[in-house]
Amino acid sequence: MDLQTITYLVVGASFALYIGIAFWARAGSTSEFYVAGGGVNPVMNGMATAADWMSAASFISMAGLIANFGYGGTVFLMGWTGGYVLLAMLLAPYLRKFGKFTVPEFIGDRYYSKGARTIAVLCLLVASITYIIGQMTGVGVAFSRFLGVTKEMGIYIGMGIVFMYAVFGGMKGITYTQVAQYCVLILAYTVPAIFISLNLTGNPLPQLGLGGDFGGEPLLAKLDQVVTDLGFAEYTTSFRGSMLNTFSYTVSLMIGTAGLPHVIVRFFTVPKVSDARVSAGWALVFIAILYTTAPAVAAMAKLNLHATVNTAVKTSGDLFAAENSIKYDERPDWMKRWEVTGLLKFNDKNGDGRIQYYNDKTQNEAVKAKADAAGWKGNELNVNADILVLANPEIAMLPNWVIALVAAGGLAAALSTAAGLLMAISSAVSHDLIKGVFNPEISESSELLAGKVSMALAIVLAGYLGLNPPGFAAGTVALAFGIAGSSLFPAIMMGIFSKKMNSEGAMAGMLAGLSVTLFYVFAHKGIFFIKGTEFVDMVGGNNGWFGIEPNAIGTLGAIVNFAVAFTVDKFTKEPPAHIQALVESIRVPKGAGAATGH
Amino acid sequence: MQDSNGYWAATLGLLSKILVVWFLVSYVAGILLAPMLNNFHLGGYPLGFWFAQQGSIYVFVALIFYYTKKMGEIDRQFGVEED
Repeated sequence: MDLQTITYLVVGASFALYIGIAFWARAGSTSEFYVAGGGVNPVMNGMATAADWMSAASFISMAGLIANFGYGGTVFLMGWTGGYVLLAMLLAPYLRKFGKFTVPEFIGDRYYSKGARTIAVLCLLVASITYIIGQMTGVGVAFSRFLGVTKEMGIYIGMGIVFMYAVFGGMKGITYTQVAQYCVLILAYTVPAIFISLNLTGNPLPQLGLGGDFGGEPLLAKLDQVVTDLGFAEYTTSFRGSMLNTFSYTVSLMIGTAGLPHVIVRFFTVPKVSDARVSAGWALVFIAILYTTAPAVAAMAKLNLHATVNTAVKTSGDLFAAENSIKYDERPDWMKRWEVTGLLKFNDKNGDGRIQYYNDKTQNEAVKAKADAAGWKGNELNVNADILVLANPEIAMLPNWVIALVAAGGLAAALSTAAGLLMAISSAVSHDLIKGVFNPEISESSELLAGKVSMALAIVLAGYLGLNPPGFAAGTVALAFGIAGSSLFPAIMMGIFSKKMNSEGAMAGMLAGLSVTLFYVFAHKGIFFIKGTEFVDMVGGNNGWFGIEPNAIGTLGAIVNFAVAFTVDKFTKEPPAHIQALVESIRVPKGAGAATGH
Repeated sequence: MQDSNGYWAATLGLLSKILVVWFLVSYVAGILLAPMLNNFHLGGYPLGFWFAQQGSIYVFVALIFYYTKKMGEIDRQFGVEED
């Protein structure tokens, strides 16, 4: 059977599974629709959270990013896992005890203010919508690469699938499809990784293989040596900007992770407070399987690529000797296949019919001199970072069904995250805005209908944005973390850990944190990302504040949020007694009932 | 009557202990001291790099399960566990 047929079969089977689950897990009440009836097993919830969490970007792009940045890729690895420690200890169990349906609902009740709730809805919508644009484009890209349909068609198919289980099943349908999607995506990620690790190091566990030997010397030492010899930065030590920037970026991703509403609400679906605690642990176990494999895939695929185009890598011979660069005509089949997609490009600058892959912009004079002496006229191979994961099974010469599995895995990752975000968006609209602010008297069946209609509209909006991505689509995901970390995370945390924090303080804090973050990001990328409206001079040039990238500014936003909140709190009157009693009661597990909307 | 102050103090004590470890493995070993730790090796891994891309994640997982276990004990000690 040819690859295309197998891919259609495997992807088709996975879709049939999701739809089957959707049919079985229809939601009949608002409790089922918002929080899956509050009866999800904590291990299952951990798996669903992992699928919710790991997006198309985690699955397809992260290993490539790490391969590019080397040590610098650490910010994503630690940032997107360390946040779960914060979530497990500082937020999840207390919000579960509070026992309502949404994050803005907690903020509204705790700060006894519809204003606070509305600000929280606003932060949630901005964070979730920016995040979902990336997912929808990811769905389109995944479909077009794997199934050979157009991106537009891919987005329509994706919308159709999500529609079936999200509109009818709500959180219940989403939860159980996410469990299935996790299984598909983790299998798809680890199988090729095990084989590439076996090929290169003889160790089947990628986590150990990365610390193992390649041809008699440590793999990482070999990689460091090869890339520096070719003029690239040393793999294991190159920082991302300054140490302060690395630090700040990691903090920003961690608190953003803990503050993202679509992740927090997953912990409203388990029966008890103690389940919320342990469920966060399971979520991180399932996430860590992929996140500890990714750096191995990154380093191994990078070394493998160098070894493929330059035979001196394996023999430890002279990288610059003419005969060691492979002839273009003799390149392996997988390179030919990926050239068609444009993700791999060859340009024979010196006309010798061989591929020279090195950093022609290096500052290292010795490397320059060697390249000149060898008659190299510039780097001839351009590799899109996504290739490292997408082409991995082909590079490792795995059977076609594994390649098909990777396709299903990439789609599972994109669809599961999109569904989780859609859930957060639609419940913010139907529960927080319609029921909470505009029409508190709405009946349960009308609210359920409103929830389903909001979900359907959210899918259409997401699809529209995926089809017509605003110019700023790239890089918006990082902004979602900045917003969640600088506005929602501090507000929720103070709501639990500071009994005296009042409504004025929390609102001023959220607005200040959000403003600082948006100000710095807009200064670099334009007001609301409109090209030409950048005002980077006002912040002292590119990365003007302490050399921190705009994606890492959420940390400063959070500090400002805390500072403003405590200052305002000091000069305004303390919260009423019943609110202080509410804080007392959410701090202890005893007496947690099922999540309710009342 | 529950001793809610005692319970909350015990909880905060546990959280502080865990957050110190959390900070040490990620920000100290994985970032601030990483260049220095890279002079040591764990198998083929430079140690600072290992903390940054592997070790810190394993410790995060262990910390959450440790927290879950200890919180369960504190809940029972103060009689505020769920039924």
